[in-house]
Formats: sequence, structure tokens, C-alpha cells
Amino acid sequence: MGYTAMKGGLDAIKSAERLVVERGLDSEGRTIETARVASGMSLGVDRVMSEGGLYDPSAAAVALVQAEGDLHEASFMVRAYRSTLPRVAYSLPTNTSEMRVLRRITPAFQSAPGGQLLGETRDFSQRLLDWRIAGGEPTAVPSDATPTHLPDSELPKFTRIADLLRGEGLLPEPLEESVEPDDITRAPIVFPASRSAKLQTLARGETGSIVAFGYSAMRGYGAFVHGTIAELRVGMIPLRIRHPYTGQPVTVGEVKVSECEEFTISPHRKSDVADVEKFALGYGLVFGQNERKAIAMAMLDRQLADGVGGLAAQEEFVLMHIDGIEATGFVEHLKLPHYVEFQSILQGMRRRRDRDLAAAEPAGALS
Amino acid sequence: MTSIAELTGSNVSAGRGAYNFAFLDEATKREVRRAILKGVALPGHQIPFGSREMPVARGWGTGGIQVTLSILGPDDCVKVIDQGADEGVNAWNIRRLITDTSGVATTVDSGEATIIQTRHRIPEAPLAEGQVLVLQVPMPEPLRMVEPSERKTREMHGQADYGRAWVHLYEDIVSRGEISHTTGYPVMVAGRYLLSPTPIPRWDIPKLNMADCIFLFGAGREKRIYVIPPHTRVEPIDFEDYPFYVEKFPDQRCAKCGAVDVYMNELVLESGEHVYTCSDSGYCDNRTAEAK
Repeated sequence: MGYTAMKGGLDAIKSAERLVVERGLDSEGRTIETARVASGMSLGVDRVMSEGGLYDPSAAAVALVQAEGDLHEASFMVRAYRSTLPRVAYSLPTNTSEMRVLRRITPAFQSAPGGQLLGETRDFSQRLLDWRIAGGEPTAVPSDATPTHLPDSELPKFTRIADLLRGEGLLPEPLEESVEPDDITRAPIVFPASRSAKLQTLARGETGSIVAFGYSAMRGYGAFVHGTIAELRVGMIPLRIRHPYTGQPVTVGEVKVSECEEFTISPHRKSDVADVEKFALGYGLVFGQNERKAIAMAMLDRQLADGVGGLAAQEEFVLMHIDGIEATGFVEHLKLPHYVEFQSILQGMRRRRDRDLAAAEPAGALS
Repeated sequence: MTSIAELTGSNVSAGRGAYNFAFLDEATKREVRRAILKGVALPGHQIPFGSREMPVARGWGTGGIQVTLSILGPDDCVKVIDQGADEGVNAWNIRRLITDTSGVATTVDSGEATIIQTRHRIPEAPLAEGQVLVLQVPMPEPLRMVEPSERKTREMHGQADYGRAWVHLYEDIVSRGEISHTTGYPVMVAGRYLLSPTPIPRWDIPKLNMADCIFLFGAGREKRIYVIPPHTRVEPIDFEDYPFYVEKFPDQRCAKCGAVDVYMNELVLESGEHVYTCSDSGYCDNRTAEAK
């Protein structure tokens, strides 16, 4: 009788769980080593941390193994784990100028202070399957290249490109935010949303959704904002909290992030404004190396700033639908039994069918 | 020296793999209970709360789970139903989350339970004073059918501006000749707030009115909690010439216990025959046991 409301529901779900667990095992009954996942699938781990909203590479690696590589499912597990952790402190703001940079590019200028640092990227590689891997052989390592490997402590810091334009008076000084930022994990977002709530929602958003919304804006379904990436960086930033006893800032760890700043020109410039026209800056910051999400986030930050334009500029439309865990949860809940509701719907359809058939019957006809 | 565990009232120091009683940390439970108390003070008003991710997917009952876990004590006895049934896979999954993390007793008898968590049904037997019915909420906003923007619907509630909900029903009558709205029929609570009763069938709507028990509604993904306190007026919105009615099963009798005048499940057998059984499995089990 199917999967619902029958005795043995618990047996059925336990069996389903066993089937899933067994599917993930090799012939000797072993799972993939999480250490191998953490190093060999680091971009997947990064994405799980970003969408799961928890910077914990080992938890993300366990989740990826348990979820058989399903990034949504793994992010979901990490989020659920996050719910069990009490909020013991808020970190202090970090100035990302302190970032120790692994990769940094500035598409806005051919050359800028510090130069272009390509770092670890697949951007200019041909995406050809390497069948040697399938045969168990090691993949080909280019022997004619000699990248510089710097120890963590010697990673460079760079001048911000945005600061160059600030010096020229073409970019406003950053606002000294005196208000405490919102925390969307403790109070649900309200509209109109604060910038802190918008950025938090985007930072936890599902990569594919953010890229799709950003892409739709580029194709005309947002505010007409022309953007140029000022700087895209991947690197390590320090995490500090205030020491509970001394009150002094203390560094408690480091997180790897991708950061994107985008120069934009507003289409809503009013000709009667007295001061000089300035660029605006779109901002994206996400856990781990996830450049497409950081870029699209910076685009959406600007799209949502004015709220004027197509769907990608509508804050409720973007922010209420961009969380992958909420979206997939509700879409997949349609798999749950719905027979109580359907019985009610069916009864309405049958009642109207009978009513309309009776009305269509010619008066006095023999039955 | 004060430890983090003492500060937060939970067992974080026990390390990974150890969970607090009823899963959530104590600060979170307190936050949820505060939202519930606000809801009691403003019957039918949607209270925003910092909904946490549960180890069950968003949209699968996480709001109800958070409410249940936050009010749960070690002496409680819990019943979990999905579509009226205790044995459904989703009911089992939620029940074992509750018991695995709290060790509380469970029951299928709605009379015995102190807390009943339900998806889309209210038990047939009336609930008594002191009992809590926790309803899982997919879409808390009854005005969503006429207004997609949360910012606007909150204003509409603030001003009791419900004209468009009535127009919606009127348009339904114009296009279908009746109010075709089936489950989740919108109701007015204490004459003030329009409320989505969750996708319970119309059959269950009258049970919300002047009940002895308390109804707690938890919407996890939408991050809202709302309450219908005991002895509160709950009225479905309708027109004098198109009055509210409930589903009817005039010729049907439960194939297991013989009950009439209950909400029925329609089962289609291999033979093509349609048979009916009680949707409320606990009610059906009790009747079957009494008959023996």
C-alpha cells in the first residue's frame, strides 16, 4: 500500500537508511576518508561551508561523505549541526585589507599596485577530461611551470584597488556604521531589509541561485547597472573576538574567503545633485574559494541597493528565494503524503462535476 | 571560573556528538517560548522568530518540531501524526527525533498525550484543557493568495485590511459557482487577525473554535509562530448566501472500525474498488480495541 500511514513506517525508513549507507561503501565496507575529501574536493567543502553557514572544514567533509557528494544535502546537515551550537560570542569586524592573499585579480586595470596574482584557478585551463585518473594513474602535472609556493606566514597583503579611486574622490568613503548589524539567524529578515541582513542572506545563499539571479540582472531583468570588477581576492582573514575577561581583541582563528568588489555607475543619477558623480561599490564575501558566488553577490548587492528595476532588483523576490536549504526543503516536501488535502480537493471537483453534469442535462429528458 | 556550558545552560563542553536535551540549546528554546507567549497575548498574530535549521528538511515540519522541542519537559507524553496517521513515515521520523534527543514517552492515544504534533489534521476526539496541539505550518500568511509581498501583508494585518481576501472568495464564486477553497480555509481569530489554519481539511475548522486546548502553530522556513489560545472565537470567513460547509462522507463507513461522521481516507484497491477508512488512525485504533 505504498509508503504512507501503514504499520511498519519505522521499519521502512530504517531500511531506506541502510540502503543509502550501503550505497556509499566500497567493496570492503569502507566510506571515503574524510581527509581525502577535505583535500581532494576542497571546493565542494568550501561551498558546503558557505551555504551551510558554518566555517568548519572537517564537519563539511564529513557531511559531503555522508551525503554522497550531494552539496545541498551536505550544506543542510552542516546547518542542522549549527543549530546545536550555542552562540557564545560575536566576532569583531575584520578589515579585509589584512587579508593574506592567495589569489587576486583586478580586471578594472591592466596593471595596479601589487599586480595580478593568478594563483589557484582553472579559469584559463582547457576543460578536458583526464582519462588517466580513471585508470588509476596520477594526473599530469605540468613540468614546465614553476609556481612560487609561499609559506602561510609570507603570503602578501595588497593595497585595495577601491582605495585608489577613493583617493581621486570618485568613490565615497565607507560609511562608519554605528548600528549593530542584524543577525538573520536570530531574527528573521524584515522588509525593507538592512544592508547587513541583505549581505548575510546572500552570503548563505545557494550558489546556483545567486549566479542565476545575477545573470538575469545582466540580461536585463534587474536594475540597469553597469558593473566592472574592481578586485577579486581569495585569501585568509583573521577572526577576532573580544576577550571575555580582558576586553581586548584576541585572534581565535583564520578563515579562507573569496571577496569581490565591483564598481558600478548608477542609472538614477540626478543632474541637479551638487557634488561630483561617484561610483558605487557592490560587495561580495563568501566562505572558502567560491568566486562565482562572490561576484554574483557583489552584483546583487548593487541590484538590491535601490530596489528599482526588474525582478533581480526586488529584495523580497531575491532574498526570500535564494536560500538553497529553504528552497529545496519546501520543493521536496511535495514528496510527503498529501492525501488528506487531496481528498478535500477531490470532493470539490466531484461535487462541481456532478452539479455541472446535472445542469447540462436537458429538462424532462428520460434518464 | 564560569564555563561556557554554565553560561549557555547546555552541554557544549561534552564535545561533538553530544546533544542537549531535546536537541536545541537552552537559549534557543527560551527564545521560542518567548515567541509563543507573545502569540498567546495576540491571538492569531504571526510572531517572527529566529527559526533554526533542524536535522529535518525545511518544509517537512521544522517549525512544529522547534515548538515541540522548546516546550518539552521530561514528564511529557508526545503523540506525532502526519495526515492523521501515527504510522506515517514522516510521523515516525519526527517522533524518533523527539524521543532520541529527549527520551520522553510517546503514545498514539490523543487523550493520553500532553503534546500532539500534527501535520494537517486535528484529532477527531475533542482535546481537553491542558493539552497542546502543535501544528506544522507550510505557509503562515493567509493573504499570500492575494499579495506576494511580506512587507505589504504585514501592513494589511496591522490595519485589519482584509477586503482583498473577501474579494478573492467572491471571485471564486463568480468563476466556480462556489467557494472552492478546500484545506487551509482562512479564519478570523478573536475578530481581529485573519489566520491560516494550515492545510487541515475544512472538516477540522470548527474544532478550532472555543476549544479547551491550546493550538500552537510553528512555521520553520517562514520563521513565524502563532497561537490560538483556549476558548477563543475562530470563524471561517464566508458570505451569508454562501455559508461555510465541511467535507461530507454521507454514504461512507470506515472499513476498519465502522465509524461514520469522521474525516475519511479514500483507498483505491487493486480491484479498482474504492474503500474508506478513518483518517485519524489513533481514533480508529481505539474504536477497534473497544469493539473487541
